[in-house]
Order: sequence, then structure tokens, then C-alpha cells
Amino acid sequence: MTSHPPEPEIAAAPVKLALEGVRKSYGDRTVLDAMTLDVDDHEVVCLIGPSGCGKSTLLRCVDLLDPIDAGAIYLDGTDITARGVDTNAVRRRIGIVFQSFNLFPHMTVLDNVPLGARRAQRRARAESEEQARDLLERFGLGDKADEYPNRISGGQNQRAAIVRALMNDPEILLLDEVTSALDPELVGEVLGVIRELADRGLTMILATHEMGFARDVAHRVCFLHEGRVLEAAPPAELFSEPRQERTRAFLQRVTEAGRL
Amino acid sequence: MNDAPTSPTIDDSIAPRGAVESIGRRGWHQQEGVRAGAIATVSTVVFFGLAIFLIVNSPNWPRVRNQFFSPSDFRDAWPAVLGGFWVNVRLFFQAMALIPLAALVIAVMRSLRGPAFFPLRLLSIIYTDVFRGIPLILLILLIGFGIPALDIAGLPNDAAFWGLIALTLSYSAYTAEIYRSGIDAAPESQRAAARSLGLTQFQTLRYALLPQAIRNVVPALMNTVVSLQKDVALIAVLGVVRDATREAQIITTRTFNYTPYLAATVLFLAVSIPLTRYVDFYVARDRARRSQSQV
Repeated sequence: MTSHPPEPEIAAAPVKLALEGVRKSYGDRTVLDAMTLDVDDHEVVCLIGPSGCGKSTLLRCVDLLDPIDAGAIYLDGTDITARGVDTNAVRRRIGIVFQSFNLFPHMTVLDNVPLGARRAQRRARAESEEQARDLLERFGLGDKADEYPNRISGGQNQRAAIVRALMNDPEILLLDEVTSALDPELVGEVLGVIRELADRGLTMILATHEMGFARDVAHRVCFLHEGRVLEAAPPAELFSEPRQERTRAFLQRVTEAGRL
Repeated sequence: MNDAPTSPTIDDSIAPRGAVESIGRRGWHQQEGVRAGAIATVSTVVFFGLAIFLIVNSPNWPRVRNQFFSPSDFRDAWPAVLGGFWVNVRLFFQAMALIPLAALVIAVMRSLRGPAFFPLRLLSIIYTDVFRGIPLILLILLIGFGIPALDIAGLPNDAAFWGLIALTLSYSAYTAEIYRSGIDAAPESQRAAARSLGLTQFQTLRYALLPQAIRNVVPALMNTVVSLQKDVALIAVLGVVRDATREAQIITTRTFNYTPYLAATVLFLAVSIPLTRYVDFYVARDRARRSQSQV
């Protein structure tokens, strides 16, 4: 287990990302309701909670994939949801990986990974491909570079998707239930990659059902309920002595399902 | 029982019996195949035989035969109709060059999101509604006669040109809808994945969505090609364009014999049947490949 000593002595760690009163509805359904959350630089935050509690929506809103209805999201103190913000530039600073991998099926892994670098950042082909090859190599996918996504396993797909998100050298990586679509025996390899990134100090927000992994890798675990952070605490604290009744009930159900 | 000592003899006896059985089964399959073939042949012969019998014994058959199946008229009309058919072929290839491009522009306009692109979306919707809503024959008449009549400086007055434009307008409206169905079929998360890399809407369409979309709609597009190949004959309504149908029509009005139409029909079939067979072959192969590639 990686140990992350809490640092209460420093008055204010630099806040990397801040959500303030974020509200998001789809039609009549309010998914995020005055959501407030701070994420420090180099912090790994896990979002847990039942399906539909707003985990995925929160991540989509942070990457500006869905516009928020009210509130604000600050990245390094700048409101990225304000009018006139270059959303494409913001998205390049934030990486996101989805449950369903979403490599582009008509491209090889090596064409997928540097796509953003080549087209959005207009970097040279040779240079971006070289970086992509290096990254693929480092995450054990060197021999899969020329394969198409439907020729490799789900775990390899998801690792390649993480590598693709890393190509932009993101300041924050958002991971949306990245192991939920995987066969059980493939979960480990993806979690291994995430753990490595956490150890390297990448700021990450994970929506996850892998409680054991959350306990292991997170600095802070947030329990989401009805579009709010109901309870947030370091994993040891939240998992062993949750303060809120609802958190307790959720963890109870998870334990009964054998996921903790 | 005494299974341990006797087991080798059982094994020995099973092996040849199994072999005999499988030969027997193969023979039975062969027999079954022969029978199926015989049934198919007999039913085909009976069906077409009956159809021909009915036609040939109809009261006016001798007159129809002279009117539609006259060998001498066929021979006389053939050179002119064939010459006209090249006009159709040229028109077909010109339309094939224009339609995919025009349709792509319309489809992309329709697929852009956000309030800033509303005018483009609206324009695209109006375009597809209008040009899918007008029967092609009317569109050819309206544009083929209407625009040259305006006599606008710098625009060609050639009816064949405007016929081509009418075909393109109509077919690109249909084709744009085919493209759009392909774009919409890509999962929403593919779009999100592309946008999250910092790609603009255009780049997302260009690099992430359209390549998958087009691949998925190739069968539908190819069926459109087959139907375009026949619809180029509608240009004949303009009168001045001497395509296969128009040439046949001209001869027919002179000789009062319809065999030239048969000549034109033969020419169109000579292209469309191989084309249709190829499309079927392509679609089947494509489907087989897709189902194979699923890991």
C-alpha cells in the first residue's frame, strides 16, 4: 500500500481544481446540485457512490464536455466555465479516460495516441509519433502499436486510451470508471497503470467502483449523493468510520457484494 | 461387468463403424443436395415456362412481338441508342464525382453543434427537405428549363449541364442523410473522446467520426449508386439531351415501333445487373469481415 502522509501543517496547498456550486441538469433531472469540491495539486481523489449520483457527469463537466447550468469551475484559479474561454485549450490541459475506452476503431493504436498532439496542437508527425511510441513502450504496449483496437484486449484498449490521454501531458487526469467494462482478469493491468501515475504525482480524479483500489491509491475519497459531496475524508477514515448514515449504508452494500 | 479387458476390442470395433457411418452421412447429404437442385430446376422451368406460355398465347402477342421485339428495328436503332448511352455513362460519372462531395458538405453542416452553427444546420435541413421532397423528374424539368431561361451571364445554358445539377441536388440530399445516419451511429462517447483531446468540432468530424461513419454506410451508398445509374435516364425529359432513352424515343416517334426502347433497356441492364451483383458481393464480404474482426 502506498502511504501518503497528510500535510496539515501547510496552511493551503495550491488548489489545482475547484468546483463552486456547480449545478447540472439533464431535462428535469438534476444530476449535480451545488457541487463544491477542491482538488489539490498532485492529489488523487476518488469519487464513490451509487450509479446516477453524478460521478460521470462531474468528470464530463470538468473536461467541458457538458456545459454546466450554474456555478463555476476553476483551474489554477481561472474560471474555465466563463464566457470566451478557449475550451479546446482547456481540454488539452485535462485528460479524460472513459469506461468504454473509445479508441477510434478505424485507426491503429499508434494513430490513435498522437491524434490530439498532431491535429489539435499541430505538432510534427515524426516527433509526436516518437513520443507516442515511447509512452506505449513504457506502458507495455510497444508491440501493439500497429494493431487496430478490435484486435487487442479490453485491458490493452484501456491502457492505450490512458496513454492517449497522457500525450497532451495533462495537468489533471480524469478517469471515469475505467475498469467497469473490463473482464475481471484484465482489471489489474489497468489499475497498475493508474497506480504508477499516482506514484508519479499526477493529479487525478477517479470515479470508481473499485473500493479496494480507492482505499489504496486515493488521498481523499468523496462519497457523492444526489449531486453533492456528502462526505469526504482520507480513505482510511471514510472506509472504516464513515460519519454519514448514507455513506455507511452504501459501503455496507458494497461490502455485501464483496467489492470491499 | 468385464469392461477392463474388453475395452480394446470395443475401441477397435467402434473406429471402423464410425467411419462407415460418416461415409453414409456424407452420401445422404449428397443425395439431399441433388434432390434440392432437381426441385429448384423443375420449379424454375415450370414457372418461367408458364409465364412465357401465357405471354405468347395472349390474344395480342403477335402485334406486341412486332412492336417490341422486332430484330430489324433493334438492329437499326442500336447505333444511335448506344451512342446516346455514352451520354448517360458520362452523366453518371460526372454525377458520381459531384454527389459525394456535395452530400458531405451538407452532412457536416447538419452535424455541427452549438448555437453558433445554427444557421448552417438550418440551411442543411431546408436543403434536404426541399430536394428530397421534389420528384426528380420535376426537378430536372424545373432546373433544366428554368435556369437556362434566365439567361444569366457567365452561367452555361447547356441543358445537359443543368440536368447534371438537378441530379446532383436531388441525390446529394439523399446521400447527405445516409452520411448523417452514419455519423449519428457513432457512439456519443467517440465524439467526447475526440473533443477531450482538444480537437475542434471540425477536426472531430474529419478525423474521428466521418471515417467510421463512411465505412459504416458504404453498403447504403452503393445502393444509391445503383439507383443513380438508372435515374440518369430521366435527363431525356429535357428533349435536347440525346441520351439513350431520348434517341430511342426519337426513332420510335418516326417508326411507331417500340423496339428501340428495348435496346435502351438492354444497355441499362448490362450495367446495372453486374453493378447490383457487385454491391451484394461487397456487402456480404464486408459483413463477414466485420464479424470476423470481433475479438
